[in-house]
This record gives sequence, C-alpha cells and structure tokens, in this order.
Amino acid sequence: VARRVVGTTKEFPAGSRRIVDVDGIAIGVFNVAGTFYAVLNRCPHQGAPLCAGVVSSSLESSEPGEYVVAGRHPVLRCPWHGWEFDLSTGRSWWDPAKSRVRVYSVHTEAAATFPVWVEGEVVVLDTATKRGADS
Amino acid sequence: MDIIDCDLHAGAGGPESLRPYLSEHWWNYGKQGAYRAIGYPGTTHTRQFVHGARVDSWPPDGGLPASDFAFLQEHHLDRWNIAAAMLTPMEAAYLPRNADYARALCAALNEWQCEQLIDRDARLGGSLMVVAEDADAAEAEIRKWAGDARFRQVLIYSRTSEPLGRRRYWRMFAAAAEAGLPVGVHFGLCGGGAVTGHGKPSFYVEDHTNMSTTFQDQVTSMVCEGVFAEFPNLRVVLIEGGLGWLTPLMWRLDRAWKLLRAEVPHLRELPSTVVRKHFWLTTQPIEEPPTAHAFDAMIEEMGMDRRIMFSTDYPHWDFDAPSHALPKTLSPDLRRRIFADNARALYGFSDPSQER
Repeated sequence: VARRVVGTTKEFPAGSRRIVDVDGIAIGVFNVAGTFYAVLNRCPHQGAPLCAGVVSSSLESSEPGEYVVAGRHPVLRCPWHGWEFDLSTGRSWWDPAKSRVRVYSVHTEAAATFPVWVEGEVVVLDTATKRGADS
Repeated sequence: MDIIDCDLHAGAGGPESLRPYLSEHWWNYGKQGAYRAIGYPGTTHTRQFVHGARVDSWPPDGGLPASDFAFLQEHHLDRWNIAAAMLTPMEAAYLPRNADYARALCAALNEWQCEQLIDRDARLGGSLMVVAEDADAAEAEIRKWAGDARFRQVLIYSRTSEPLGRRRYWRMFAAAAEAGLPVGVHFGLCGGGAVTGHGKPSFYVEDHTNMSTTFQDQVTSMVCEGVFAEFPNLRVVLIEGGLGWLTPLMWRLDRAWKLLRAEVPHLRELPSTVVRKHFWLTTQPIEEPPTAHAFDAMIEEMGMDRRIMFSTDYPHWDFDAPSHALPKTLSPDLRRRIFADNARALYGFSDPSQER
C-alpha cells in the first residue's frame, strides 16, 4: 500500500519525529514547526541512521565573519558525520545534484476519509508519490 | 566479515568510575577542578557534536557515550560482529600539568581498563596509558605491567611537546621495546603541542584536517633521529591520522636522505624502508578520494599491505562504518588483511578459525 496513515496529528506534535516501517524500509517522519517531512532513514555516505540526526537551519555566509541563519527549508544533519540534507528535497548541501537522500510525500488530512478511528486529522505517508519540489 | 577495530574509545564516563583507582588525595584534588580534564570538554574548539560523539551513541542510562558497558557491547561490538577491539582511552589526552596527578590518572586508567572492561569481555585489548613527557613515569608504568597480556600496546598522544624522536622519549621506547609492546600514537594534545607548527587555528575543521600533519612531523622525527636504529624491534602504530599522506612523505624523505644523509649517518637505510618496517597505521578517518581508483592507487603506492589496520573511532562523530569506509574495489586478500589479519598479527589477538 503506497498510502498509509502513520499516526494522528496529536501523536506528531511540532518538533517530534518517528521512524516508521514501510514494508521493511525505515522512513523518518518529521513535524518541523507544523510542516511534515518524510525521509529515508539511511545516509548515502556511510549508511548511518540519518533520521537520528539533529534538525536545524542552514547557515550561510557571503563573507568571513558573517553568519546568516537561512530561513528556507530545515536541514537534517547526519548523526555520524554531520552531512546536511534539505529535509524538503533530500538534496545534500555539499553536492545537491549527486548526493541526496530519498524523500517522500507526507501530508495531513481529515480522519473521516479513512475508516474512522480517531477524530481530527491523521498524518498520511505516500511512498508512491515524489515530494513536490515546492512543498 | 572478520573485523578487528583498532580504535575503540570506551569511556570511563566521568570521574566516579575512576574513584576506586585513585588515592583519597588525588580524588579530592580532582574534585577541585582537575576532573574538568576528564571527558575532554575543555578543548579549544566547539565541535558540532556534543562531546565529539555520534548523536546515536548516547546510552539509555543517560551517561556519556561509550560509558555504559552493555550498550557499548550491543551498539558497537555486537552490531558489527567485531571479533576484537583495541581500547584507546581518551581520558588522559588532556592531562594536567601536575606530573604526579598525571601519573596517578594514567595508573588509574590502566587498572580501570583491566577490571571494568578487559576482564569482562575477552574481545577487548588494553592500551597501557603512560605520560610521554615524563620518562620516569612512563618507564615505571610500562615495567609495572610488562608481561600482562591484557595490555597489547603502550599508548601516548600525538601532540607531544617536542618531536617524538628526541632523546627525552627514548627511555619510554626502550621500555616498550623491552616489554615487546608496540607504541600506539593516537591523535590528541597531551603534551600541549599546537596542531600546526605555527600555532592554533581558529576552527575545528582545521584541527580535524590537520590531524595528519602532526603524524607527518612525528614520522619524520622518529626516522631522522635514529629511534629505529637504536630500537630495531620497536613497532609504532599511528592511530587516527588516516594514511593518504604517508606515501608523498616517504618520497620526500628518500630524496632528502640521498642529499643529506651525511648529517644523519645513523640512518643507514632508505627512510621509506624504515617507515615500512616499523610503522603501522589505522584507517580512520579514512581519506575519501573522488574515485575508488584513486583510493586503490593510494594504497598500492604505500606498499604497506601488512601495516594498515581498520579502525572505527567509536563513539566519536567521525566514526568509520565497517560496511562503507573502504571501497568495494579492494581485493578480498587486502580487505582481510586490513580488517583483521594485520591487527591480529601485531596485537596477538587469537584467531577463532585456528582454535578448533
């Protein structure tokens, strides 16, 4: 099944994450300040459990001495070596074209569209759909 | 796959675990502040990982990484099916200036390794911690433990206060050679030397990159000062400096020797011959050239297939994973040597396949 409910929104408060097993594949689902992201739990560098890493903002600079916290997408920093990945696109900071981690489409919707076992909204992971570049 | 890890930082996890091995005086002295030196928080650079550790290496008991013995076994030794591992305690890497306390701390770490780690898990081999800067203490500690099979090498840190070939360090080498123990030199700043010959850089990324340069200085010094002419049985292991830098250094040494050898007549062989005979290297943090071909060429040019030994550096953030650190293009023979055979031959770990 490509589309599956991985929890209720109450189970995914902002700042939380969970590793879910989808047919033997570990995928990390993150709620970062209300936006959901889903990433394969495996770093392309040395195979680390990527989703155990720290979520932070990307730091940019146009000259020595300048430190700008970029307000774009959050980045996931690998728990072993610190490689940074854009949580939204899966692209790495150091080589966005070639070094990337698989990301999945994830969204919330009214629980009523599923067999109703909760009120409110559920978090739906869709492993068949590529995450849109603008999401 | 048969794996021996030549750099495992099992940790004391804080001063309490060393208390049984320190006198009342040194325990109290430590509590007054010297324990800040244990656990290495006081380094000059902020690292992007707390305690310099993998984010996933913090044990469930809330202690410091690699300090929970059961978690260390499960999370590292069992996880990778590691046959044997060399302990490389870092608690002595930031030894205080007080020589008597430094001596007591090394002695405590040695007893602690035996009782709390090696005696509880036969996979573990000990590193006999000594104070490189204090010849009396180093010599005494090596003699005290000589013949105890739990210790498989003497261990010091790379950033000595003078180049390691200088004669002030020879009594330590003599004692190690006499005890039949290799001398491991792990990256670290025990003697307080800056990571570069020009002082201390601003950023940790520089410190980390320059790890290899401290080893280059030490190889040049030990070879040129004649350490191996004096101690022909001495074996030295360079731990946590990678290895890609060694080949060009050997080229430079050989060239210089042809021009200048009269200055150092005790250097009777090509420096590269001396290096290949006396030095072992551990892999982590391994160089990652852009192609596997470049990596293979690097190893081939070294000509040290029986000297390279795999290491992980667990639980530190720059850990090398057994599954990914070396390219798949290495020949099966060389993989076997790097991952286990070379370490087994040097450190004398038993070979389970020979024990039936």
